[in-house]
Amino acid sequence: MQREITCNQAINEAIGEEMKRNSTVFLMGEDLYGNPTFGGKPLDLSLKKRVLNTPISEPSFVGAGLGAALTGMRPIVKLMFVDFSLMALDQIINQIAKITYMSGGNAKVPLVIWAPEGASGRSAAQHSQSLEGIFVGTPGLKVITPSTPYDVKGLFKTAIRDNNPVIFLTHKRLNYLKGHVPEEEYLIPFGQGTIKRKGDDVTIVSWLYTLNKSLVAAEQLKNEGISVEVIDLRTLVPLDSKLILDSVKKTGRLVVAEEEAKRGSVASEIAAFVAEEGFQYLKAPIKRVASKNVPIPFAKTMEDFVLPQVGDIVKAVKDII
Amino acid sequence: MNISKSKLINMYEKMVQIRLFEEEIIKLIGLGQPLGMAHLYIGEEAVAVGVCSNFLDDDYIVSTHRGHGHCIAKGVKIKYMMAELFQKKTGTNKGKGGSMHIADFTVGMLGACGIVGGGIPIATGSGLSIKLRETNQVAAAFFGDGATNQGTFHESLNMASIWKLPVLYICENNLYGMFTPASYALSVQDVSKKAEAYGIPGVTVNGMDVIDVYEVTNQAVKRARNGLGPTLIECKTYRYYEHYGSSTDSFYRTKEECEKWKQRDPIKNFRIRLINDGVLTEDKLYGIEEKVNAEIEEAVKFAEESPNPNPEDALEDLFV
Repeated sequence: MQREITCNQAINEAIGEEMKRNSTVFLMGEDLYGNPTFGGKPLDLSLKKRVLNTPISEPSFVGAGLGAALTGMRPIVKLMFVDFSLMALDQIINQIAKITYMSGGNAKVPLVIWAPEGASGRSAAQHSQSLEGIFVGTPGLKVITPSTPYDVKGLFKTAIRDNNPVIFLTHKRLNYLKGHVPEEEYLIPFGQGTIKRKGDDVTIVSWLYTLNKSLVAAEQLKNEGISVEVIDLRTLVPLDSKLILDSVKKTGRLVVAEEEAKRGSVASEIAAFVAEEGFQYLKAPIKRVASKNVPIPFAKTMEDFVLPQVGDIVKAVKDII
Repeated sequence: MNISKSKLINMYEKMVQIRLFEEEIIKLIGLGQPLGMAHLYIGEEAVAVGVCSNFLDDDYIVSTHRGHGHCIAKGVKIKYMMAELFQKKTGTNKGKGGSMHIADFTVGMLGACGIVGGGIPIATGSGLSIKLRETNQVAAAFFGDGATNQGTFHESLNMASIWKLPVLYICENNLYGMFTPASYALSVQDVSKKAEAYGIPGVTVNGMDVIDVYEVTNQAVKRARNGLGPTLIECKTYRYYEHYGSSTDSFYRTKEECEKWKQRDPIKNFRIRLINDGVLTEDKLYGIEEKVNAEIEEAVKFAEESPNPNPEDALEDLFV
């Protein structure tokens, strides 16, 4: 039987393995010892020195990650919620994203910032955001957005070994999602999306939790005779633009589905990119399915309404068929 | 404290390098050479040199928008700095950084920083790296009085204290955050007192006296290398020029105040002291000044003759 583990376990395994492989890898963040395991096993005590609980000081411990990365370490900085990255944006955008470029390529910054994002239900506006657009719109950051335990582990290991700053976004709804992860080691390169489901009529491009909703939508549409191709981008920077264009060339129709507020979103960027580079393939307008342009509300009735749902994706596809 | 003759001579030479490098910048700005936004360090040389003379090549510093002095004191080559200011491909940063972002990782200079308070966490992180790698290095963050009102200052001192990091926090209190007097913006006039809130030593030192700065730093470096943690050192000093550029017209400070500080000029007074203490004769000191002059001249020539970056070079170096 194939081994199945959760996304959380996959990350823990990736970090534990890389810490054992390379003594310069360390993890820091707030309240890490609430989860003192790697891969579901108790933390190897030899690694304990390299798991650092920080005070609640996002600007300084994120910036400290940069200082450590510049001086021979490979830090993984864990933010409890992506919403808290906003405290540290000077360090992320002004310092971390720019120092390699500003120094003419002389600075090496092997730094991973791991931030869970997305709405997990009743967490309200300051603990539910999806903010990939901020990072995608900042040159100098790689942005990773996996949606399965397999991808989480393979991409996290690649992130730790990369010599550039990586924003590793996970979705809180996916923490306990189980999936196949082999025992043996593997890495997944950045910039390679994957086709989760082949189809001919419409392309849905998605990532993180909305990818799962897109797959459910595709199944529903199949029953109505509509063949949907679903692409999981896995990484937003670098972007697998060829995979998107090739699929649109085949289907002639594109829906981009994700969880950010629609205005200024990465979905908008991808839609604009396809309009520029693949207009000749399009048989219908591009559709974006994203959250409505309000903060994420508390009450379930409103939260469900604001977030992109399976029904919204189904409707978007039908609108352009 | 007994400081060797060669160390004293080296300190004098570094201070003269900083002064003459920046006087050359003033001259070049006057001639219309576009050097970008240069924040001049003249008047504060004793701080950078007094601190960095305690360091080895593999110790780290993080600097500020007013960074030329720190760069030179830590050993960044003047000709590459000049080429950077001239926007040339041969500059320290290949023309991508300019005055506010000079960095040279080969000499432990982790970068000047254009955001007030932005460099303090980076220096703190290099201290964390030292601690994790269990080496004997130290790190220093330079910052101004204005930066002590940023959250990063307080967070970083707290973190460095609880983790006993080998980091020196060097506040250059030059009495003004741009145009705003520290007497207005600081709740406590002696920045060093803030160390008490973080359970670490805090010392105020005469930032116009390179020996005073050297000696206080020396103690802090010993503490740090012995695993006893960080120190906050406040150097009271003064910039002779405007916040940036070569003007001396200040609407917010008086000529008398400026003249009073110039009486305490760190280089002039150190020079007199070296002669009086019999370290060097006037002739020898003049020889050092001539040598530095020639070095600056050569740096300008190198910068002038260096190629400009190609426009497309802008698309390189985003990732390594």
